[in-house]
Amino acid sequence: MNDVEQAITRAHREEWAWVVATLTRRFGDLDIAEDAAADAFAAALERWPADGVPPNPGAWLTTTANRKAIDRIRRESKRDDKYKEAQMVYGDHPPEPLGAIDDDRLRLMFTCCHPALAMESRVALTLRMVGGLSMPEIARAFLVQETTMGQRITRAKAKIKAARIPYRVPSTGDLPARVSGVLAVLYLVFNEGYLASGPDTDPVRDDLTTEAIRLTRLLRALMPEDGEVAGLLALMLLTEARHTARVSASGELVPLDEQDRGAWDATLIAEGHRLVRERLAAAAAGAAPGRYQILAAISAVHTSVRDIRDTDWSQVVALYDQLSRLDASPIVAMNRAIAVAELDGPDVALAAIDRLEDKLADYHAYHATRADLLRRLGRSSESRAAYDKAIGLVGNTAETAYLNRRRDQLQ
Amino acid sequence: MRYLVSVIDDKSNPGSTDRQPAISAFNERLIAEGHWVFAGGLADTDAATVIDNRGEQAMFSDGPFVESKEYLAGIWVWEAPDLDVALELATEASKVCDRKIEVRPFQ
Repeated sequence: MNDVEQAITRAHREEWAWVVATLTRRFGDLDIAEDAAADAFAAALERWPADGVPPNPGAWLTTTANRKAIDRIRRESKRDDKYKEAQMVYGDHPPEPLGAIDDDRLRLMFTCCHPALAMESRVALTLRMVGGLSMPEIARAFLVQETTMGQRITRAKAKIKAARIPYRVPSTGDLPARVSGVLAVLYLVFNEGYLASGPDTDPVRDDLTTEAIRLTRLLRALMPEDGEVAGLLALMLLTEARHTARVSASGELVPLDEQDRGAWDATLIAEGHRLVRERLAAAAAGAAPGRYQILAAISAVHTSVRDIRDTDWSQVVALYDQLSRLDASPIVAMNRAIAVAELDGPDVALAAIDRLEDKLADYHAYHATRADLLRRLGRSSESRAAYDKAIGLVGNTAETAYLNRRRDQLQ
Repeated sequence: MRYLVSVIDDKSNPGSTDRQPAISAFNERLIAEGHWVFAGGLADTDAATVIDNRGEQAMFSDGPFVESKEYLAGIWVWEAPDLDVALELATEASKVCDRKIEVRPFQ
């Protein structure tokens, strides 16, 4: 890749959201903003190799996109004058009243992650409008046809327009709930990358985890005071730090207790730990931590020791206790039981796990956890049956390989 | 921006029948805050008649256009600057009416 191509790639990564967000405010229309942003980047591809990279690529792209948008509106208005009028009227409106924080990219995130849109639409729209991923990239990421993904995004944009979903940062009162909606979208993207589902996909999708971290970093820069944003970023970084150690050369999932801790990414861990310490200080000063902060703290406990035998399991259990008070889900109870196994033994943990059967019978990790505890208790045939159930339900190729090996090693 | 706000009841699990005073108070507030355009409760779906005059002769049929467990029990038309405002009001309306609410924008 030559210098100009690199500059365009960098500009796309750094400026796409800004260009789309600025144009959306100016023209009040996501379609126009998206098309004009794409036009501007196409123009950069054409012009920058000949004219050189402009000193301020962001400003060049925004100006070009603005001009492209106006061209487009003029062209389309020949077919439909009313359309033009509507656009011009909307564009002349004074800016929306300011919410808690004023940044167009933040407005864009809140619009794309609006609770009136279906979750899958929020994910697709966020990756397209804020992340700048192309339609084929998003379709590939979620294993759906390009046309299906295209329709999903088109429908979401049409609803935003028809129902007038506002382009605004929510008021302070609504902010925590709406931020948690944005975080849920980003976490879903990350998790789909981290434990990709589907028999024909790579077990870890770096493109998705990288994108989720990038967007969460952006949100962190825009909302530096928000504890849950910091918590989610820390959680992602501490998870991502372990990713090379998590899948073996033969494509098998490596559980935490067997991972080569020397292969963990020390830089990501240091950054994650810094964020967790920041939130611990805030908690000491009276701020109640939310679920992402607690999950990040659990990750920090695991990533603080070089040898799994040094893990402070009582701390892990205490954090899960704190988490269960916020989120009484059976999955939290299951993860707590896994830590309890290290502290009080696999028999105590198994009793706790068995109480969750009603709720988790269709969840592969429930059976995998049971299988492991039964194995440690020497109950081989029950363990084998549990591994079989887990293998029947699991969707990730690396995890299937790991479970198969564990089952076949049983005496 | 105008929104059609539908109150949806369920024949197999109807909402409580003592909501009228609360709904009246809520309507007063909608009027005071400039959101109220129109409101009305509807008679039972059995009282509906469907007319189809697309063919040679008008056809009348007894009952609603679609039979379902869930049905439209009443409507509002609200004026609101955007969907967030409409959804906030609808969230309250659902409690006030003890029923599900659908918010749908006019074109």
